[in-house]
Amino acid sequence: MVRRSNLCQICRFHRFQWARHTVVLKYWLARWWDTRPLYIHFSLPPQIAVSESYIVVIGLEVHVQLDTRSKMFCGCSTEFGAPPNTQTCPLCIGMPGTLPVMNRRAFDLALKTAVALNCEIPRYTKWDRKQYYYPDLPKGYQISQFDLPMSRNGYLPISDTKGQFSPKRIGIIRAHLEEDAGKSMHDEAAGKADSRIDLNRCGTPLLEIVSEPDMRSPAEAKAYLTELKLLLNYLGVSDCNMQEGSLRVDANINLHIDTPEGTLATPIVEVKNMNSFRAVERALTYEAQRQYEVWKETGRVLGGPGGHKTTRGWDEDAQITREQRTKEESSDYRYFPDPDLVPVTTTEEEVQRVRESLGELPAALRVRLEQTYGIAPYDSDVLVNQGRPLVDYYVELAEACGDGRLAGNWVQQDVLRTLNERQIAIAAFPVSAGALAELLKMVQAGKITTSRGREVLAEMLASGTPAAEAMKALGIEEVDESALEDLCRKLLQANPEVVAEVKEGKTKAIGALIGQAKKRNPNVNPGRVREICLHWIEKAY
Amino acid sequence: MPISREEVEKVSLLGRLLLSPQELETMTGQLGQILDYMGLLEEVDTGQVEPMAHALDVSDVFRDDEVRPGLPREEALANAPNRDDECYLVPAVLGELH
Repeated sequence: MVRRSNLCQICRFHRFQWARHTVVLKYWLARWWDTRPLYIHFSLPPQIAVSESYIVVIGLEVHVQLDTRSKMFCGCSTEFGAPPNTQTCPLCIGMPGTLPVMNRRAFDLALKTAVALNCEIPRYTKWDRKQYYYPDLPKGYQISQFDLPMSRNGYLPISDTKGQFSPKRIGIIRAHLEEDAGKSMHDEAAGKADSRIDLNRCGTPLLEIVSEPDMRSPAEAKAYLTELKLLLNYLGVSDCNMQEGSLRVDANINLHIDTPEGTLATPIVEVKNMNSFRAVERALTYEAQRQYEVWKETGRVLGGPGGHKTTRGWDEDAQITREQRTKEESSDYRYFPDPDLVPVTTTEEEVQRVRESLGELPAALRVRLEQTYGIAPYDSDVLVNQGRPLVDYYVELAEACGDGRLAGNWVQQDVLRTLNERQIAIAAFPVSAGALAELLKMVQAGKITTSRGREVLAEMLASGTPAAEAMKALGIEEVDESALEDLCRKLLQANPEVVAEVKEGKTKAIGALIGQAKKRNPNVNPGRVREICLHWIEKAY
Repeated sequence: MPISREEVEKVSLLGRLLLSPQELETMTGQLGQILDYMGLLEEVDTGQVEPMAHALDVSDVFRDDEVRPGLPREEALANAPNRDDECYLVPAVLGELH
């Protein structure tokens, strides 16, 4: 991990990413055996450090694998993880004499997504051949959509609860269906050996969602992706697993720089090979700064000499982008209508039916949670972003205990922590919403404290018992009011110095008594002890 | 000439066809004749005709999303010029410039 030392020790971005905080401090650890320098960015707030003289322009292309059992034009399985070349047939490996037939479900899922993205759905759509030679594309062309895509002109609203940017709509140019290519594997360790080709993925249905270049920062790009993925999850059209390639992101980015001669645009760069949303954010942050440096050095602008579009790959280890070899120019794809596939028509009634079947989508759900249960936008965002099953759990809990905010706190802190620790989904959470509600009611009524409540929940999780039994098992019982008063009286008698301090106005001194009370009986409610003691000091001393 | 020699050269490169200078000459002439012939269509007034995307007057042909058995791997790899136990082998595909 030698390369790690090039990262800022605080933000973990590469030390050359000046835009982060402008100045890099270089230092050596005061250990004789460590001779490598470490770096930290000088921590000016990023908004001050980022140059005001340019804006970043980002558009994203997202490929989503649709959740079908079989491929788009043949009956081969789309299951991930099968041994190489065991899920192919003459059609998807490009043998002559085969005839593709459209998968009904793939089209339906694509339509559902397009409608949810507020797209216009044309009455008529068709399939085209995009021709290029590549070893993972045995037919020599990819079946895609060119001039008559199945949807266009949509939008996805994004916002940020931390206020990094104002709420805005990201335009969707189009969403169209196409088939996936195979996978080529190259073992660099083996030197210049051959590449191995696995065609299992050939013909898997993909929805390509192309945004307008509407994003103005890497943070906005990340927010768009997060919201898009969430929407796809709610629609149930894809598992969006980036590790398995079910969701892939390519980004187009350039800068618009203000100069005395007017606004200039830097050459557009397509960034690929980003394997997480975090990687997208970092790659775009790096790339914006790199383009600025290159422009200052060379003066290259879009459309000018050396200003053509290039492709760069994100290197996760080095935290930089590197230029890649590109396929032919897009005008050389020689698209033409695929004569093997007939067009698809969609009526207004069908679109309407799909629209009605969408169910409650994340944006509307956030608003409903805020209005119905009185929780803050930040909290509704956290809950909704966890997916529908967790929201259902929350709603049941809030209804059962009658306090949306308390329910929100417990779900966000205790329930989510447990889910993370155990790496399980809410469906596998051992305590039902009803059972947790029983516990919350006791906390709410002041019968037990929040911290004791946490112990009870831990016991419920461990033993699978209801709240009342878990409390018994822990020896927690509600302390009778007279016993509590008795205890307080004894404490006051035994601690005249505390009484004296409180009378001088140092009410904090009462803390000592609460500590002692807890020692004698762990079940006492500290708030109650405090109340009783203060009350008596005032009255009786 | 409806098509230039340079255009034929570019198309042959895109189609991965290696043509000798003599063949290029022949193809440029023959392709030109074909394009000239197709040019006849330009004479028809299509102002009132709906654009057509498919020769058949058929639409909406679907299949259900059902998995069917495909090829055993041995058969899928049978015609490969080069292969190992699991995969097709091709000359190295490298993404990066350097």
